[in-house]
Amino acid sequence: MPAEPAHAAALAAGRGSARRPTSPGRLLLRRFLRHHLAVASGGVLVVLLLASLAAPLVARLLEVDPDAVDLLNRFAPADARHPLGTDELGRDVLVRLLEGGRVSLFVGLTGAVAAAVIGTAAGLLAGYLGGRTDAVLMRLVDAVIALPLLPLLIVLAAVDLGKLGFPEALIRDEDASLWRILVIVTLVGWTGTARLVRGATLSLREQDFVRAAEALGAGPLTIMRRHILPNVASPVIVATTLSIGNVILVESVLSFLGLGIQPPLPSWGNMLTGAQELIWQAPGLAVWPGCLIFLTVISFNFLGDGLQDAMDPRAD
Amino acid sequence: MLSFLIRRLLGAGLVLLVMSLVVYVLLGLMPGDPIDLMASGDPNMTSADVARLKALYGLDRPLLERYANWLVAALQGDFGFSRLYAVPVLDVLLPRLANTCLLMGAAFLISLLVALPAGMLAAARPRSWLDYGINLFAFAGFSIPSFWLALLLILLFAVELGWLPASGTSAGAGAGWLDRLRHLVLPVMTLSIVSTASLVRFTRAAMLETLRADYVRTARAKGLSFRVVLTGHALRNAMIPVVTILALDFGTLFSGALVVETMFAHLGMGKLIYDAVMGNDFNLALVGLLFATLVTLLANLGADMVYAALDPRISYAR
Repeated sequence: MPAEPAHAAALAAGRGSARRPTSPGRLLLRRFLRHHLAVASGGVLVVLLLASLAAPLVARLLEVDPDAVDLLNRFAPADARHPLGTDELGRDVLVRLLEGGRVSLFVGLTGAVAAAVIGTAAGLLAGYLGGRTDAVLMRLVDAVIALPLLPLLIVLAAVDLGKLGFPEALIRDEDASLWRILVIVTLVGWTGTARLVRGATLSLREQDFVRAAEALGAGPLTIMRRHILPNVASPVIVATTLSIGNVILVESVLSFLGLGIQPPLPSWGNMLTGAQELIWQAPGLAVWPGCLIFLTVISFNFLGDGLQDAMDPRAD
Repeated sequence: MLSFLIRRLLGAGLVLLVMSLVVYVLLGLMPGDPIDLMASGDPNMTSADVARLKALYGLDRPLLERYANWLVAALQGDFGFSRLYAVPVLDVLLPRLANTCLLMGAAFLISLLVALPAGMLAAARPRSWLDYGINLFAFAGFSIPSFWLALLLILLFAVELGWLPASGTSAGAGAGWLDRLRHLVLPVMTLSIVSTASLVRFTRAAMLETLRADYVRTARAKGLSFRVVLTGHALRNAMIPVVTILALDFGTLFSGALVVETMFAHLGMGKLIYDAVMGNDFNLALVGLLFATLVTLLANLGADMVYAALDPRISYAR
């Protein structure tokens, strides 16, 4: 990948005339704003994020407890206290949706970033060092990409941590299922980034500025960090944004199957678990969580698409 | 070609072997073992009985020794008994395998038939309304959770309209092939929508790339119509990256089939594996996972063959 053309343009403009040069960041922003769907998606995501962060506040305002079971008030219709009604255990649907959003967005963002970090490291090592490191890492990537993952993840999610020697207190912890699902989505997510970074590194490795650094005596770690990493940053950012949606989908399907986030901790996936049996009594329960998953995932995908267009205007 | 085939088959065998060990170890880490489950259901069993039974079935041996014993038996075609169904594993598995192949095959064909023309049309008229429409469908398709799509389709076609059955594989023995077909419609529809979406995007991108090539301009310049260039010159080359994606996507297709089968109670491999894991049916889960892997690997191999047929520059002869 050649040096950023935006730099050259900015330099030339600054040298030749008194006109203030356009910074690369500004160019990037201008190109991004042209992608209306991506901008709208960004807005939707900000609203969703703020709303889910405000879940405890909403709960306090409505004076409801998201975990409080009220069997006398099951499937209540929407009213002032429960704007979206109550579920099969009499819990407030709106507050649980917001709480679930917190879980799903947290897993999506953290999982995607963790996977990107691992994938970038693996890709840099495989691409720059080559040889046996490359062969082993890429065989692993090929296997993970080609295998039917979901059945394997189901087995992973069912593993009894006690048999692995984890302390009882940790397993009984309310958030244990959250950490477990994070590890699982990270294990799945790193391969795409690894491939991408390896490919870019292979071509960067042969370029003059890397050769020059090598000739000056820079070690492999320095070259990877100072010379190659900055040049693969933008495709990695795009790929990570696009993978957030996928991570959320994996989390939701595992939670839906009863193997991800464990109730009473709500997630959009596990809120749909009972929905299939309850479709006659309360179709609303089946609609809302799914809508939110769909909206979130498609927004991240549009956002990633917009970032891609902005960062690599030659593509498409 | 033959030596390539042999090398690939050996490679697939190696992957299966590694998979069997990994899955064996993982399944051993699932909560409870069969004897403990038996003991918890029978108050008359003493701990001495439990120990004797474990010794009888070899469950007191080290993990690797147990794995080696399983492997030797499996290589001789003995995959053991299913705990849930109380019959040899293969007796449950093979009919399920047929059902899944039917579901996946149908969804695969439909998504090819829809995605290739749609991707080509979108690439032929980039930035047109048609392109935007097709793109929007593609984005929606790979952003929708498949289990939720299944739920919505059940709500529409089974609950509201009452046209199609909501679940099951058939209404019972002797119900005929038409009934079988009616039970397949919704699962196949769900799986096709999801797998069409990403294929459309790849086809469009590959086609756009190909249409920029010099030989396309040459063909246009010598007076051939756009349509002839599109289908006669560009299509075959655009298919090369698409076939790679298809090969890699079989695993994803199987994962999708698992969700769809669970949603529609379609008696296939995916649901079998899910039920086996949930029901602590160790043998069945292990062999089911290995068969799923085998099917995926063979599909990959098939796609590689097509790849070679499409691109004469690729030669597997060494």
